[in-house]
Amino acid sequence: MTQAAENTTFDQSTVDRAQAIIARYPQSRSALLPMLHLVQSVEGYVSQDGIRFCAGQLDLSEAEVSAVATFYTMYKRRPCGEHLVSVCTNTLCAALGGDDIYSTLKSHLGVGHEETAGEPGTPGSITLEHAECLAACDLGPVLQVNYEFYDNQTPDKALELVKALQNGEKPAPTRGAPLTDFKQAELQLAGFFEGRDADLDGPSAAPETLRGAQIAKDRGWDAPNMPANAEFPALPEKK
Amino acid sequence: MVNPLTPVLTKRWTEPRSWTIETYERTGGYTALPKALKAHPDQLIQQCKDSGLRGRGGAGFPTGMKWGFIPQGDGKPHYLVINADEGEPGTCKDIPLMMADPHSLIEGVIITSYAIRANFAAIYVRGEVLHCIRRLNAAVKDAYAKGYLGKDILGSGFDLDVVIHAGAGAYICGEETALLDSLEGRRGQPRLKPPFPATSGLYASPTVVNNVETIASVPFIVNGGADWFREMGRDRSPGPKIYSLSGHVTNPGQYEAPMGTTLRQLLDMAGGMKDGIPLKFWTPGGSSTPLFTAEHLDVPLDFEGAAEAGSMLGTTALQIFNETVSVPWAVMKWTEFYKHESCGKCTPCREGTYWLVQILQRMVAGNGTASDIDTLLDVCDNILGRSFCALGDGAVSPITSGIKYFKDEFLALCDQNSKVLAGANA
Repeated sequence: MTQAAENTTFDQSTVDRAQAIIARYPQSRSALLPMLHLVQSVEGYVSQDGIRFCAGQLDLSEAEVSAVATFYTMYKRRPCGEHLVSVCTNTLCAALGGDDIYSTLKSHLGVGHEETAGEPGTPGSITLEHAECLAACDLGPVLQVNYEFYDNQTPDKALELVKALQNGEKPAPTRGAPLTDFKQAELQLAGFFEGRDADLDGPSAAPETLRGAQIAKDRGWDAPNMPANAEFPALPEKK
Repeated sequence: MVNPLTPVLTKRWTEPRSWTIETYERTGGYTALPKALKAHPDQLIQQCKDSGLRGRGGAGFPTGMKWGFIPQGDGKPHYLVINADEGEPGTCKDIPLMMADPHSLIEGVIITSYAIRANFAAIYVRGEVLHCIRRLNAAVKDAYAKGYLGKDILGSGFDLDVVIHAGAGAYICGEETALLDSLEGRRGQPRLKPPFPATSGLYASPTVVNNVETIASVPFIVNGGADWFREMGRDRSPGPKIYSLSGHVTNPGQYEAPMGTTLRQLLDMAGGMKDGIPLKFWTPGGSSTPLFTAEHLDVPLDFEGAAEAGSMLGTTALQIFNETVSVPWAVMKWTEFYKHESCGKCTPCREGTYWLVQILQRMVAGNGTASDIDTLLDVCDNILGRSFCALGDGAVSPITSGIKYFKDEFLALCDQNSKVLAGANA
């Protein structure tokens, strides 16, 4: 641990956080995925330094950490922009316009999948990617910026959003917390939310989400009433 | 008579600030937990068996039976792992549930852990849904502060720690053994079964892996009892179910209805097909479940009904496509997805999905050949049932069902000699 603390990229507070992640689990290696998110919150991607840092914290070989870091889509092996824009191009979103959204952004930014427009990490820089199903199909086509949801998109809306991001603005997501940047999102994915309680109030209940519950309410439909005192079954006899 | 919609899991979603512990407690939350902690754990397992609750993650395995497989008195630690890695194309029920009502999942986790005698539970959430992860973390923190988690919960002597674990973008981790490997800090690749997680799961200890919607149902079953739960749905598939309607429908969204509801009934509530353009094809439960067509509007959507009609209930993710969508194109897009998400561990899936994409892309680009349909079906035949896990089986579903119902569209992409395709009669 002390060895990692000497590393200039990862300061003592990052080491402390890495140790806090390890403490969450019965076995230390389970901390690897969140720790790689932590690395991205510092570096904006997973560098070889980041690999070494995790290996040192968890007493794993660099090869073992690399094998994991290269398996998962969310770990970026090249520096990311201030913002990561992920456009769902799976079948359903694509049929509703997701492919058009992605190609519009691609030509506007002049980049392809997992490429960055602008100097990575600088204000207004944007990494673009096409994403697999983002589990918001009733709100499709969707895209995410730093993993916050922008629902019911069109090529025009998405283009306007990306231009605003390039200008240093942070348009609010449809569902999610006020926009920060990729690194802050990665810190939260690592499980650190200090001082960000207000993020919890970011909207989540889209009309689509509530559709069925609202119809039921309006029409007076409910599940059957529960009995006043539901009994547990008798204790089964030991076999 | 049971109503067309039966909001149980989704009822609280319309409350202001529904995700807070204050709202949860004000609307009957954390009332099942003290009852459960006064019961014997085996009574809870029996109640779950009696309720007929079946897994909501796609496979429909009886939940109480799964809990009952955990060996008791074995001296090993037991674990509960929640599969919140929602990513099956079309599926979008667990994410809204965890955003809107995270405490229903947490209360279910505590009761289930008590039933199976687990003192550590992990909720494995896909990483791309940060807002969910945030709300779940806050819910866990608040539950600790109230004494619902931690040591000696509500004076019962039962201890439980819960961790929210963010994944990192890998569909395969929705497969339960891949999820366990991933949770252990490894590449998410499925394990050979047996041994099953019930005896050799997380850290090689007895583990229950259950879906979010399944476990969020548990507090309601404890409060309402097994008979109440069975008032909804059908005999072998009881209870309410969140049906997710997406695509070319007037009002897409989440509709919680009794198991066995049909697409015709759901479409009626959802305002019908968008702009009146007729239905062409749909998935009953995500892209891994064989396609249905307009002929299947009256299939009861429960585990038996969907299977009898040649598909699977899956995750009740109803992706609805109208006549403007090309079936071979849709199938190609899904196949690209499976190819990207194949973990690479087993050859049929890794190589098969690669070649399927090549063929489909070529066909959709207008360069199909007379033998393509045969080749597609042949490759599918070498993946189905020959892969390590269900990802391979899922990958062939859109192709084989697409060819079964819409062969003409595939033939139209092939060359003039398509009449020689006598063998492609799947």
